[in-house]
Amino acid sequence: MTIATSIDDACAAMKAKPDALVLAGGTDLMVEVNRGIRPINDVVAVGRIPEMRGWSREGARGEVLRIGAGTTCADLTEPTIASLVPALAQAARTVGSPQIRNSATLGGNLATASPAGDTLPVLAALEAEIELRSVEGIRRLPLDEFVVGVKDNALVPGELIVAVRVPVLDGPQEFLKVGTRNAMVIAVASLALVVDRFGKTVRVALGSVAPIPVRAIEAEVLVAERLDFDGEVPPDSDLVDQFAGLVADAARPIDDHRGTAAYRRHAVMVIAGRALRRAFPGSSKVVE
Amino acid sequence: MTADVLSLTINGQRREVVDALPGESLLFVLRERLDLAGSKNACEEGECGSCTVRVDDELVCSCLVLAAAADGCSVTTVEGLADASEGSRLADVQQAFLDAGAVQCGFCTPGLLMAVDALLEDEDDPDDLMVREAVSGNLCRCTGYGRILEAINLAAASRRAAGEQGVTP
Repeated sequence: MTIATSIDDACAAMKAKPDALVLAGGTDLMVEVNRGIRPINDVVAVGRIPEMRGWSREGARGEVLRIGAGTTCADLTEPTIASLVPALAQAARTVGSPQIRNSATLGGNLATASPAGDTLPVLAALEAEIELRSVEGIRRLPLDEFVVGVKDNALVPGELIVAVRVPVLDGPQEFLKVGTRNAMVIAVASLALVVDRFGKTVRVALGSVAPIPVRAIEAEVLVAERLDFDGEVPPDSDLVDQFAGLVADAARPIDDHRGTAAYRRHAVMVIAGRALRRAFPGSSKVVE
Repeated sequence: MTADVLSLTINGQRREVVDALPGESLLFVLRERLDLAGSKNACEEGECGSCTVRVDDELVCSCLVLAAAADGCSVTTVEGLADASEGSRLADVQQAFLDAGAVQCGFCTPGLLMAVDALLEDEDDPDDLMVREAVSGNLCRCTGYGRILEAINLAAASRRAAGEQGVTP
């Protein structure tokens, strides 16, 4: 058992004990340990590394936000960071319960790489970059190269997720999630929509409807051409319907115990339209 | 294979655990190694909230805390809510749950008390949404929550009143 207090500590311990489990908030790992399906011999605990918690602005204009992997879901809902990446705060806010959000970390959500991981569609839409560290050095991977399958990621033994970089965009963001109730729910389908008003692009990613987060590129292209990015004219219902249909087409859902593929595809269509309408309510409804 | 000696401050008292196995949760250590059975064990996956405690002030599910990783931490359990120096006097949240009749089988009560105590520390006059959000991670299968919500309002009022009189709750 190593309780690391620095990233260097953690990497050294992971190098020395390649079979050790890496423990962050514990909200996924301990479920498996409690069930007896995850043998636990040695552990490197990374939940008490101050340099992994919190965030900072990078770039000449602070246009990049670097978020420590040990930042908890509760931290992500704080107003300062919520104003920089609203969709990430919204997603973090839907994770579990207050107790879970106090423990669960952004890095843990990435490491688990569940198709239902709430922050993952947001990170996909933001085209996040994942910073990995080992005794060999630093490796940076875009999210779509990091999450490679159902609960599968690109970490190599000895490698620790230390931070996530996302752009600070000028424009509305939405995260929507469908489940059986508000609290303590694992997503049946989820969607993140982020707008870059300056670059005149909209990016949409889906969760829980494919093995990994999926982007809805055709839908993105369609709205980028036809939206009023100044937000004065809201998208007409024809555009919203076409957009929602294309987003639903991007989903690759399956039937499982949480919902059928048909339900998920329908849910994605509904939340896609809703997200677009919320992001572009038109000048008469803009409240900022 | 045993872990090293685990040292925890539980409800203000330094406790050492020498016999914990590597995979034991904080909940297991509290209940089975330290005889603190107030925190309840039900789902073991963070769903029910009946094992809720504070670890270094954060409200968490103790079933999801690896005991060995909490070495050196300060833990508050439901047993620590009432001030021992006050004899048998209950904490304001406990008294409110009794007064409102918010306890039926009682299994969820310790976790709820911890969650409500944490809520009232941050918000002295929480609105209904804040209250519902604060206890969204605590399941009760008996009450239908009506009396629990009443108890929370009662506890908030009693803590505000105590605060106005300069009394520590």
